Amino acid sequence: MKPSTLCRLTLVACVSLAPAAALKADPGSRLWATGGVTTIEGTAGGGLVPWALMSGYASDEEWGGTLTLSRAETDDFTLNVTGAALNWRNRIELSIARQTLDLDTLGAALGQDELSQDIFAAKVRLAGDVLYSDYGQWSLGLQHKHQREFDVPEAVGAEDDRGTDVYLAASKLFFAAVLDRNLLVNVSLRGTRANQGGLLGFGGDRNDSYEAMLETSAGILLNRSWVVGAEYRQKPDNLGFAREQDWWDVFVAWIPDRRLSVTAAWADLGDIAGLEDQRGLYVSLQGTF
Amino acid sequence: MIIVARTLALAATLALATACATSNRSGDSTLYQGLGERSGIAKIVEDLLYRIVEDDRIAPQFKGIDVVQFHTNLTDQICEISGGPCTYTGRAMTEVHEGMNVTETQFNALAEQLILAMEENQVSTSAQNRLLGRLVELHPDITHR
Ligand code: HEM
Repeated sequence: MKPSTLCRLTLVACVSLAPAAALKADPGSRLWATGGVTTIEGTAGGGLVPWALMSGYASDEEWGGTLTLSRAETDDFTLNVTGAALNWRNRIELSIARQTLDLDTLGAALGQDELSQDIFAAKVRLAGDVLYSDYGQWSLGLQHKHQREFDVPEAVGAEDDRGTDVYLAASKLFFAAVLDRNLLVNVSLRGTRANQGGLLGFGGDRNDSYEAMLETSAGILLNRSWVVGAEYRQKPDNLGFAREQDWWDVFVAWIPDRRLSVTAAWADLGDIAGLEDQRGLYVSLQGTF
Repeated sequence: MIIVARTLALAATLALATACATSNRSGDSTLYQGLGERSGIAKIVEDLLYRIVEDDRIAPQFKGIDVVQFHTNLTDQICEISGGPCTYTGRAMTEVHEGMNVTETQFNALAEQLILAMEENQVSTSAQNRLLGRLVELHPDITHR
């Protein structure tokens, strides 16, 4: 990532998050780090994998929300994400996100310099609490994704310009589990037809039906403001023109205060649209109100 | 031969028993010591009380309580839970919190104040995590009653 990118992100984040912080005095009562961060799909989770945790820190008598800016830079692509989420009583999470994938290398050849989609998502906490229930916290989520320019995905064999992912997620924190540090474990099962998360459309010539994908992550809370961990996300492989790989990343999140979190990750996104080994740095800034 | 085997077996059993006893005792008492023993716990609970009074989310619930009794009983409870030589003589958790309808927000608020009180008293992250892991077991007996 270029050094200027982080500066720019920080500036934009401060300018856009300040009004939200002013809107509400208190970001909520749930304990530090139990809101997770925001995924590239706008849902509370890690960077790539949705968790059962609800966005922000609202507890059962409260509401709240988050605003997030994220950016990933690989050899041939740059992904920018802007997202916002609302949490009502730690029960329902509603979120929107816009993803823009700059085709740094392919742009000239394709005559289009970006792929873009909007994601409207909802998550409901079905049962349990990540800290207080022996069986952990269980949530069910939907992500409705809508392509903004479908020409390129269509040309490479995608069937639809919109699609809805459904996932069931479980999260549990084990107190003092690793060297007396708290361990957070998440497992999600997603039903999806999305190609590269939807940026290359939905369904394809190789496969056009829903498939179940496993997504997992684990993080260790070094203390209440630092979390380190890793994520893995299984993906479909629907398009004949280029293979698609699973994603994984290792991350570190800094949560100096409930109002702010900064996440950095090293992500391996596999081959994308025939360009091999897309790996790079991911940075995400989140403000909570 | 048999005698040697028996002696060995006995020695092994004894060694194991001692190891277990020591590891049990040291395992438990490290947490108790990590919290600063009974006097350290009493100080944490005292700081917790000041914090409760200042916290609008929970202060109303504690209005008019017998502060000395609460301090003694919560100190003894944490002392016992952390493996210290105390015996909790207060009422059962379900009985104490009956009719209070403690919400998740309030439970979280109290947990937050306890963590901050422990930090104020330089309790290590390890000891904090271990105590919290034991206290959250009480969550079902305390909330929504
Ligand atoms: C891990 C969490 C908690 C633990 C371990 C705990 C423990 C205790 C203990 C040991 C007592 C003294 C019992 C006695 O004197 O017989 C007590 C009393 C009390 N607790 Fe809790 N408690 C917890 C959470 C809460 C919460 C979240 C609230 C409300 C916001 C609450 C409200 C009270 C009140 C008002 C009393 C005084 C009752 C009385 O003296 O009649 N507690 N608690």
